[in-house]
Amino acid sequence: MSSKTVQKLDRVVIRFAGDSGDGMQLTGDRFTSETAAMGNDLSTLPNFPAEIRAPQGTLPGVSSFQLHFADHEVLTPGDAPDVLVAMNPAALMANLADVPRGATIIINTDEFTKRALAKVGYAENPVDDGTLESFHVHPVPLTSITVEALAAFDGLTRKEKERAKNMFALGLLSWMYTRPTAGTEAFLAKKFGAHPEILEANLTALKAGWNYGETTEDFASSYEIAPAVMPPGTYRNITGNTALAHGLVAAAHQAKLPLVLGSYPITPASDILHALSALKRHNITTMQAEDEIAGIGIALGASFGGAIGVTTTSGPGVALKSEMIGLAVSLELPLIIVDVQRGGPSTGLPTKTEQSDLLQAMFGRNGESPVPIIAPSTPADCFDAAFEAVRIATAYRTPVFLLSDGYLANGSEPWAVPEVADLPDLQVEFASEPNGVDDKGEPVFHPFLRDPETLARPWAIPGTPGLEHRIGGIEKADVTGNISYDPDNHDKMTRLRAAKVAGIAGIPDLAVEDPSGDARVLILGWGSTQGPIAAAVRAVRNAGHSVASAHLRNLNPFPANLGEVLRSYDRVVVPEMNLGQLSMLLRAEFLVDVRPHTSVRGLPFSTVDLADVILTHLEELK
Amino acid sequence: MTAIDNSRDALNATAGGVAASNGAPTRPSGLAGIPLLAPDAAKQTKKEFTSDQEVRWCPGCGDYAILAAVQSFLPELGLKRENITFVSGIGCSSRFPYYLDTYGMHSIHGRAPSIATGLATSRPDQNVWVVTGDGDALSIGGNHLIHALRRNVNMTILLFNNEIYGLTKGQYSPTSRVGQVTKSTPMGSVDQPFNPVSLALGAEATFVARTTDTDRKHLTGILQAAAEHRGTSLVEIYQNCPIFNDGAFDLIKDRTQQEARLVHLLDGEPVQVGPEDDRKTLVRMPGGGLEFVPAASAEGADVVVHDAGADDPSQAFALSRLDSPEMTHVPMGIFRSVSRPTYDDGVRAQVEAAVTTAGGPATDDDLAALLRGRDTWTVA
Ligand SMILES: Cc1ncc(C[n+]2csc(CCOP(=O)(O)OP(=O)(O)O)c2C)c(N)n1
Ligand code: SF4
Ligand SMILES: [Mg+2]
Repeated sequence: MSSKTVQKLDRVVIRFAGDSGDGMQLTGDRFTSETAAMGNDLSTLPNFPAEIRAPQGTLPGVSSFQLHFADHEVLTPGDAPDVLVAMNPAALMANLADVPRGATIIINTDEFTKRALAKVGYAENPVDDGTLESFHVHPVPLTSITVEALAAFDGLTRKEKERAKNMFALGLLSWMYTRPTAGTEAFLAKKFGAHPEILEANLTALKAGWNYGETTEDFASSYEIAPAVMPPGTYRNITGNTALAHGLVAAAHQAKLPLVLGSYPITPASDILHALSALKRHNITTMQAEDEIAGIGIALGASFGGAIGVTTTSGPGVALKSEMIGLAVSLELPLIIVDVQRGGPSTGLPTKTEQSDLLQAMFGRNGESPVPIIAPSTPADCFDAAFEAVRIATAYRTPVFLLSDGYLANGSEPWAVPEVADLPDLQVEFASEPNGVDDKGEPVFHPFLRDPETLARPWAIPGTPGLEHRIGGIEKADVTGNISYDPDNHDKMTRLRAAKVAGIAGIPDLAVEDPSGDARVLILGWGSTQGPIAAAVRAVRNAGHSVASAHLRNLNPFPANLGEVLRSYDRVVVPEMNLGQLSMLLRAEFLVDVRPHTSVRGLPFSTVDLADVILTHLEELK
Repeated sequence: MTAIDNSRDALNATAGGVAASNGAPTRPSGLAGIPLLAPDAAKQTKKEFTSDQEVRWCPGCGDYAILAAVQSFLPELGLKRENITFVSGIGCSSRFPYYLDTYGMHSIHGRAPSIATGLATSRPDQNVWVVTGDGDALSIGGNHLIHALRRNVNMTILLFNNEIYGLTKGQYSPTSRVGQVTKSTPMGSVDQPFNPVSLALGAEATFVARTTDTDRKHLTGILQAAAEHRGTSLVEIYQNCPIFNDGAFDLIKDRTQQEARLVHLLDGEPVQVGPEDDRKTLVRMPGGGLEFVPAASAEGADVVVHDAGADDPSQAFALSRLDSPEMTHVPMGIFRSVSRPTYDDGVRAQVEAAVTTAGGPATDDDLAALLRGRDTWTVA
């Protein structure tokens, strides 16, 4: 039993920051797992450089992982950390501006050498020159204590011993916040099973960190955060990319069709390729293509053959795939295009988030080329959005865009795992019979004879006798699918393709949350901004104001009631991580003077900033 | 609902391997895994493979002859029409699938090999063909072509080489000769062309052949060998475009000159050219280069014997370098035909192994286990 006091908290935001090589992402991941196991609600924000090993000890090389956990519903990874763990001067410098006065900073003093300080431009050591006066600082010689704790490990070099310092930090934080370490121990056993000495060293460092907290006087008390009250169910922690991959697998399972992924690696989408490549057992075929065009070509070829073709990429990859997406629109075959958005244009900010591909997804092709778009709103929602994308693609024989982003991809949250029995059946019928007659009364197959309700054409896959047919990107005659340059036919086909997408059924009406019932301002978001917007709206309401909020998940087609909703408020504010792309669509489609609030800093909106924006709008309407 | 029948029973009724002519071990057939016509089924006809669409190439276009040869040849495969798919890119040549009554896709410029890769890998019961042009395959689609060849996906690529962009009305192509005057090179092209055979050999191709539009018999023989090859077969077909590059291959089509120029590659035979009374034999010179010498004087020299099945592609490559813009000597036939595991077989084997090891197709419980992951907790 610890002799120290235990204080109860309702929420904490911790940020682990260090050099790219310090293992901060792993430390954050492990702490997250421990926290999930405690039953807290949580949200995470990894933030790392695009370079694999940026120069050591420099600002560009700083990697961080922020975790927000609480005894109540958590909507964002948190604006400002209550605790910053700074493994070196660069990590302190890069993150200090975000840390509010009075917060706790744990510093690895071993790394605060003259040279390391000079490297980032600290003239004096901030640990003792007063810079950190208004913070609660714990100077801990993390590296040297770790090495000391591992003195008995003769087989390890000093470097190898130093490398275990992230486990020491994890042990210390685990003690501070009374997190169980059993999961981490099992994880390490798996990771280092083949290297018993390294495993032992990591376990020892973890334990040493825990003991350090318990025995050193510097840490007066530990903290407890009670489990959050969550709806009953079985939970796991999940990142957006994993949820998205699982959603695709579940959809293929429910459609009883093989899933074929054609992909080319790109940050931040590659983890979906990795995840699906490991799921062959679920009849998932993955092919790493020579480029993004071949990736989507493989997917489309597989769709033609009766599989669920999927391609995963980020914005630059979508640019390359545009022509093939247009072909899929013209062929009217199912296809899933996953765009995990990142900062652009061009290479932009590969590891940072942005929502700036909305218009590319909507219009980034030649010709009138409508494609349904779905944007998940949280990491766990990536599962449902992927499932929904497959439903629409297969039922309507159309490519579908799934617009995730870097924040959702790498961020994580607890997810109430659905029961497989509750998942909808996605089976669709392939065509098996001729569906028309020719001039001589002989049965023939018309590949473009549409279902009157959905306007979907038959999915007639090679191998089906009697349905041999040719399709292509040249305009096709209505019904027969033969090449046609007829003006009226092209006009008709163009409108039919548009009507098919516009008429997609099963898109729920936009739900508006307006607890007071008298709000005049609506905050409308889409995609990954849901958490920050909800948190900001909550703060504004808690301060006694009325404000309504709604979140779009279907961006093409929009929910049927969207126009009506927009027109029922005196002001509609649309926060997005771009320069106003959804605002442009809404203004064009509904002639409503929506007010964009935009930011492209590669980071999610801060709750505090958003709340200020909302208050300003409320003020203006007074 | 029509299921894709990949069951063992269905696959049993398919073509097996073919024995190599030289008595080498049986090689897996490119047609293995594809359902065959019932043995008692009536023989298919050319007409059955002809679609109802009006053919729209220019009069005299070499594409007609290739189409007729393919339509006549397809019945020889003994496959059901529904198990054959033609995928093409864009170009005059790429209109090909519309005229065949099989499954077909006319896709986008240069990308057909990628689409065919997706289809061939996910549907081993399909006999997949790609039809492409010199611009389609070697310019815009060059990347996909070389990667299809190195992967060795089970499909046959017919590359119609007319040394010009036909569909866009006569610009020079990556196979046009230096100095060629076209609409976009009024002063003659200064662009070094590709030799498609050399390129394919360099890209690790396992089957590379060349033939011409007008030699129906030769073309058919090559189609047969290409279809039977398991892996990516690249067939370059010299094709005349009478509108924008007429006579590009006249030197080897002209009966009076043909014999002196065409080098028919015959596996296991010395490489020779010329009429009976002026026969020349290819020999390896002391410096390593290849040269044709009068057959009589070849005795005792290092005669080049064609070996399409050689692991090392160097000699096949050297043969492809006999080409010259003057068409002094033009090798025809199968440059290379070697057996190497195919990409699609490998990909499918991994999925099958994963499914088998896990005890069969994933059940609802298996999916539930995946979704739960390793670390769950329950809220009551
Ligand atoms: C993306 C794209 N770029 C350009 C074109 C225009 N284009 C169509 S066919 C072609 C060249 C075709 O030449 P080749 O492949 O040799 O075919 P051929 O017509 O000679 O049979 C070009 C440039 C196109 N259709 N798509
Ligand atoms: S332009 Fe040339 S290649 Fe094209 S159809 Fe006419 S003749 Fe044939
Ligand atoms: Mg051409």
